[in-house]
Amino acid sequence: MCGIVGLFLKDPKLEPRLGELLTDMLITMTDRGPDSAGIAIYSRGKDGHAKLTVQSADPDRDFADLPEKLGKAIGASVKLAQKDTHAVLDLPSDRLEAARHAMREIAPTVKVMSAGEGIEIYKEVGLPKDVAARFDVAHMQGTHGIGHTRMATESAVTTMGAHPFSTGSDQCLVHNGSLSNHNGLRRELIRQGMTFETQNDTEVAAAYVSHKLQEGQNLGQALESGLDDLDGFFTFVVGTKDGFGVVRDPIACKPAVMAETDQYVAFGSEYRALVNLPGIDNARVWEPEPATVYFWER
Amino acid sequence: MTDFPHTPPKQSWTFSNDVNAEIRRAAATGIYDIRGGGSKRHLPHFDDLLFLGASISRYPLEGYREKCATDVWLGTRFAKKPIHLDIPVTIAGMSFGALSGPAKEALGRGASEAGTSTTTGDGGMTEEERGHSKTLVYQYLPSRYGMNPDDLRRADAIEVVVGQGAKPGGGGMLLGQKISDRVAMMRNLPKGIDQRSACRHPDWTGPDDLEIKILEIREITEWEKPIYVKIGGARPYYDTALAVKAGADVVVLDGMQGGTAATQDVFIENVGMPILACIPQAVKALQDLGMHRKVQLIVSGGIRTGADVAKAMALGADAVAIGTAALVALGDNDPALEAEYQKLGTTAGAYDDWHEGKDPAGITTQDPDLFKRFDPILGGRRLKNYLKVMTLEAQTIARACGKNHLHNLEPEDLCALTIESAAMAGVPLAGTSWIPGRNGGF
Amino acid sequence: MQTFDLAAQGLRALNQTLHGLNGTTNQTAWEVVNPKGSHAIAVGLDAPIDVTVKGSTGYYCAGMNKQATVRVKGSVGPGVAENMMSGTVIVDGDASQYAGATGRGGLLVIKGNAASRCGISMKGIDIVVHGNIGHMSCFMAQSGNLVVLGDAGDALGDSLYEARLFVRGSVKSLGADCIEKEMRPEHLELLADLLKRGEADHLAKPEEFKRYGSARKLYNFNVDNASAY
Repeated sequence: MCGIVGLFLKDPKLEPRLGELLTDMLITMTDRGPDSAGIAIYSRGKDGHAKLTVQSADPDRDFADLPEKLGKAIGASVKLAQKDTHAVLDLPSDRLEAARHAMREIAPTVKVMSAGEGIEIYKEVGLPKDVAARFDVAHMQGTHGIGHTRMATESAVTTMGAHPFSTGSDQCLVHNGSLSNHNGLRRELIRQGMTFETQNDTEVAAAYVSHKLQEGQNLGQALESGLDDLDGFFTFVVGTKDGFGVVRDPIACKPAVMAETDQYVAFGSEYRALVNLPGIDNARVWEPEPATVYFWER
Repeated sequence: MTDFPHTPPKQSWTFSNDVNAEIRRAAATGIYDIRGGGSKRHLPHFDDLLFLGASISRYPLEGYREKCATDVWLGTRFAKKPIHLDIPVTIAGMSFGALSGPAKEALGRGASEAGTSTTTGDGGMTEEERGHSKTLVYQYLPSRYGMNPDDLRRADAIEVVVGQGAKPGGGGMLLGQKISDRVAMMRNLPKGIDQRSACRHPDWTGPDDLEIKILEIREITEWEKPIYVKIGGARPYYDTALAVKAGADVVVLDGMQGGTAATQDVFIENVGMPILACIPQAVKALQDLGMHRKVQLIVSGGIRTGADVAKAMALGADAVAIGTAALVALGDNDPALEAEYQKLGTTAGAYDDWHEGKDPAGITTQDPDLFKRFDPILGGRRLKNYLKVMTLEAQTIARACGKNHLHNLEPEDLCALTIESAAMAGVPLAGTSWIPGRNGGF
Repeated sequence: MQTFDLAAQGLRALNQTLHGLNGTTNQTAWEVVNPKGSHAIAVGLDAPIDVTVKGSTGYYCAGMNKQATVRVKGSVGPGVAENMMSGTVIVDGDASQYAGATGRGGLLVIKGNAASRCGISMKGIDIVVHGNIGHMSCFMAQSGNLVVLGDAGDALGDSLYEARLFVRGSVKSLGADCIEKEMRPEHLELLADLLKRGEADHLAKPEEFKRYGSARKLYNFNVDNASAY
């Protein structure tokens, strides 16, 4: 049960302001989710480079020699930029999968938040304004981003239980609602080789989408499949390297508002998340239909 | 022919006479069994808990002379006008519609005289009830029958009903026989039709929306009234925590023994948990949030005696609510009416077709000839007596445990007679220090 | 005209001020600026005053309104005019879900579109929507009138009681127990009045609408209708 915000920029002139706009939107949704907050930011990557965003409860201990250890493990140069409990590891994109696997071995106390060419995920327990400040989200630039404020229903309030969930390269998913068949689905996905970090229902939805993508579906198809296979209440917002999607369950009673202008597509659990966006007064504002997949791609 | 001994006829445990009768009834009528009341199963209950009275290690208080207070404050978290009750036994929500006007009046009279509150139900607020209740809790239900801002403002507290113990996750059903002119008018329904109640509120879903709904109600009532949130006992840890996060002043938790005017028997008997199992989880949620005793917990579902009151409070509740017991005190299912119960094909003590409106006691009916039999003044007096007795009983136990206030009872004052009740209540099996499941999961 | 800056003065002060007005006040016209999508704006009013909100609101704007006229120069969030008793609420823009939910009286006019569950469980309110309405509108609607100049979404009037629904455009699907009904002269007359009061008489004529109502098959339980439950 939560607040969701999302912003997909069409106009590159707004890219320097992505973090600033998203931070404002995220903080507006504090009442819907005071337990934890998180944000996925997509930026134009550098050719041949990829990023692992990682988190540690003890960053001073874990991050000091991490680039060196990881570099050795994957046989490439790795640079680390720390932001509070998180760090972004810059490495060659062809070594990304190897790096993700190596992390478990060389730094078991470090959690991988996201992996990809464009994505960075920052999430922590606490009020959205504090989480945004810790990572200085307001100064981040990028092409699109998704934020989430969480009011935990059944699973624990932890860093890993915060949204967004990323279970595949450059993918992320956030959720408002409550799934009712995630335990069975989780068992099935584990049987098919997916791994899970939490007991959170949303992680199952994220892994479900990733699994469908691995099977060869595109994002739109994966979300359509989800309408059949996921039971309960959900509004999902998903991100990929170049895209941004929204889908609501067929009952669709969790709130969702979208706005589109020449400059952007925006999503908010409530309209007030959108009120400070440039040109909002003249935007096309609507509510996504139930059981309908919306998808934008650059 | 030699007459060998035969194997005697053996009734199947699985296909018992009761089960077979229900199969035949379903086959003949094509409708599931709808009835009132709560679960009739044998459930683990407070009966399986015992108090450890004081002797030498603890010192008991003298009955009647040394004070054992019973009062309770409800709604101290945000409300400008929290409620102060003399006794921790309140009257649960029961609708006008399910009950007659005179029965509602009697509840108001008895509760007010005993120094406690009554609660409206799924039929709006009646004058009988408001007029005779010193402290009246107004239920805010999915149906919103009769809902209006004037009643909201003249209530003493507002109870947002998300669920009830008899049917967590379900709506209600009031069959056509009881939709009299007055009930139809109050609910804005055609007379004589079956009334189908929704299971979710029409204009919000989930805790994040609930928080906004509570804000609206607080704004309309100037932040004066305590806001209760009532949940059916099914996932009490999470639901209590989320009610608190959504801004509740009081959580009302109703176990599966809790009554209902009418719903499917299959729902009553197969969904939800007994109140004994619910209380420790709800208290744990409050404690984990640092809100135990700050957000008050009222529990209900099968509360019958002062011992039940004391046990619920020892497990961490701030107060209890009674429904079925109050109806019995008023005269429901009285053996004096046995001949009339027989005519309805039932027997005193088993009558549960409250929705049919034929209650010979004149309590669960809208038939004027029947409800005239019921004297609200006498009924009120009986309820008051019963509430006073429950309070005296609870005090007797509390004094024996050395407490000068009922709310000082604690789980450590209890032991359990059975392994299952020990596990559910989280208190040791009598004579041991063993709490099943502790150190090995919740 | 009194102006109230919601961003500067806060929600509590706004509602407290408006609740303090009674029938004898001469401060009958109010303007609320900077609503910024806030919830519970102008809820529980009970005086013949005129409140104009300049901008868009969040949940439950004008909830439980009595007597007052509330105009929103923008769009409204979920549950606008929920459980309204009397008075008028006019929304220039769109309305989110649950518009006019459980409303018992008065008039709600939405000049844009209304999302899902418009008029859910309505109990006597009149609702006029100039645009379209979303799915599950008028679910369990008990009484009152809904007029839609545009189209209706899925499951219109599911489990309907005695509310009357008038739709000019298409209906994606009818809910359980909701059927099209004959438009008789008294309905045309009623509709003409609703269009006029809903500031829509220049946009549509009564003859262009179809009427929908309850088939009344769910009024008393019958196992042969079980699939509709």
